[in-house]
Amino acid sequence: MSLETGFASLVGTQISVITSDGKHYVGLLRGYDQTTNLLLQECQERVYSTKSGVQVIQNPGIYCIRGDNVAVVGEVDEEADAQLDLAATKAPPLAPIHH
Amino acid sequence: MLFFSLFKTLVGKEVTVELKNDLCISGALHSVDQYLNIKLTNTRVHNEQKYPHMMSVRNCFIRGSVVRYVHLPPGAVDVEVLHDATRREARGG
Repeated sequence: MSLETGFASLVGTQISVITSDGKHYVGLLRGYDQTTNLLLQECQERVYSTKSGVQVIQNPGIYCIRGDNVAVVGEVDEEADAQLDLAATKAPPLAPIHH
Repeated sequence: MLFFSLFKTLVGKEVTVELKNDLCISGALHSVDQYLNIKLTNTRVHNEQKYPHMMSVRNCFIRGSVVRYVHLPPGAVDVEVLHDATRREARGG
């Protein structure tokens, strides 16, 4: 990551986004701005549940996530991500952010 | 501005950021900006069983607006100096 807090070094790489309503998206970062608006390509939503494994929903096209709704942006280690056994991962859904 | 300056002095230190959705992320403070957005390196999420979302993430950006607390290492802040500085700022410089 660069010294500043922009995402220049992450453009074109896989990122993991947790939104303030508790959703989790993984996709290719295509663009961003200073208010943390994000453009994600070929992004997948990972839906967590305690009853079954992670449900992966593929979204073709581009997702634009408004900065207000972004909580965490993570740099995905693709090797580590490929090793994850999502089908066997059970977890409660993330709580939404209450301001 | 004061807390922005404070956080800038903590770059490189190990901190734990607690989010408003109760997620706790520990890591080395990499950088901070005027919104108190935070970048952490070598991150670890507390209670990974319950929060497996970031298992493949080592570096992350946390939006300042979703931060509830930042837990700082003991001894990293000179509380007396901070007291004085906050009083001075409250008086208007």
